[in-house]
Amino acid sequence: MMNFLTDAQAYLPILLRGAATTVGIAFCALVIATLFGLVLALIRYSGNPILSWTSRSFVNVVRGIPILVQLFYIYFVLPDWGIDLTAFQAGAIGLGLAYSCYMAENFRAGLEAVEDGQIEAAQSIGMGWGMTMRRVILPQAFRTVLPPYGNTMIMLLKDTSQASVITVAEMTFQAKMLAASTFENLTVYTLVAGLYLTLSVPLFILASWLERRFGKK
Amino acid sequence: MIDIQGLHKSYGDLEVLKGIDLTVKKGEVVCLIGASGSGKSTLLRCVNGLEVYQGGAIRVDDRLVEAERKSIRDIRTRVTMVFQRFNLFPHRTALENVIEGPIYVKGEPRAEAEAYGRELLARIGLADKADAYPDRLSGGQQQRVAIARALAMRPEAILFDEPTSALDPELVGEVLAAMRQLAEEGMTMLVVTHEMGFAREVADRVLFMHGGLILEEGPAAEVLGNPQHERTRDFLGRILEHG
Repeated sequence: MMNFLTDAQAYLPILLRGAATTVGIAFCALVIATLFGLVLALIRYSGNPILSWTSRSFVNVVRGIPILVQLFYIYFVLPDWGIDLTAFQAGAIGLGLAYSCYMAENFRAGLEAVEDGQIEAAQSIGMGWGMTMRRVILPQAFRTVLPPYGNTMIMLLKDTSQASVITVAEMTFQAKMLAASTFENLTVYTLVAGLYLTLSVPLFILASWLERRFGKK
Repeated sequence: MIDIQGLHKSYGDLEVLKGIDLTVKKGEVVCLIGASGSGKSTLLRCVNGLEVYQGGAIRVDDRLVEAERKSIRDIRTRVTMVFQRFNLFPHRTALENVIEGPIYVKGEPRAEAEAYGRELLARIGLADKADAYPDRLSGGQQQRVAIARALAMRPEAILFDEPTSALDPELVGEVLAAMRQLAEEGMTMLVVTHEMGFAREVADRVLFMHGGLILEEGPAAEVLGNPQHERTRDFLGRILEHG
């Protein structure tokens, strides 16, 4: 136990530096996933058959490829085509794109849960498509989407660990390095597990607060 | 002000409107009656551009109604609609429902829209419900708010699509009373309804639809009191038996 504590004291600063990167990459990926996911869902919902097909195909292709493979592709293959990204950028974009598809499906479920009559009611007072979405459909869909959104957010945070394979120096990457050089697997990975849990707790709290504040009664 | 000529509408192979001619003049109250499936709701939805039609023409103030053109938005602010299932915006209060169109579609200043919105709610007897959300209102109250929402656009005409069909029987009266009041104030109204009493007392004209055609039309007393067509007699007989 004494050993654990002294080791922990030595390793914690390194792991915390990794944790900062984890939070950074999770945040960037979440922003990308949310915005792009919303665009994908709206395109799918637009009723235009070509746009709808495009969105559906994109979602299915990306969902059908492991995140790990997507990250390899973005980090190792894109440079061949002149697109050179740092590991952090590649990780944020890769996770953001992968998660945009989950987000799109969440948003779509929310949009489709809104009664059809709402669109007609909005149209009948002269609203166009954009205003109908902004003022009538999205605010209602938002409430349905909150619980799965919170869940996806937590999944995304944990999946940032996959970015370690393309050398993003996030928490899991730092842990692997530490464990490889000290062989203190128990200490290192216990600490890492605890840190991920600590990062998730605020998200649990945020998710349930959002639900209470805005969700359906 | 609403002029329909030779209107044809199909869903795939199914022809639901087979050549409708109908003119509604300013200030007129016209009731459409007929069995379900006769095409009366579809006709109304075509006028509001909620359905695309395949043949003929619908004009509102000499402007062609084309569901897929932007011009439809302007036409919809002149001819608004009240739905069978109310379709109030559940995330907004009664007053917010009423002022949504004036503020965001017509660009009226909020204070002005609110004042007029409160006046409309008062007129239909719901002044004290301005801040209530729809799920706190009865069906009859919701439908009256929906009427206020349609009125708030200061339309030239209002379309009513079976406005009392989704209501409990004891709530029908309050909605009909609100509509009657509107008619007395001179609003142009095209009403799809099964309320023969309302049609008899309020309508200037009654049209009986069957199988996508207008089979009979005339003053309410004539069509309802002395129907010429066998199908009209049939239909009225059945309605009166059950009603």
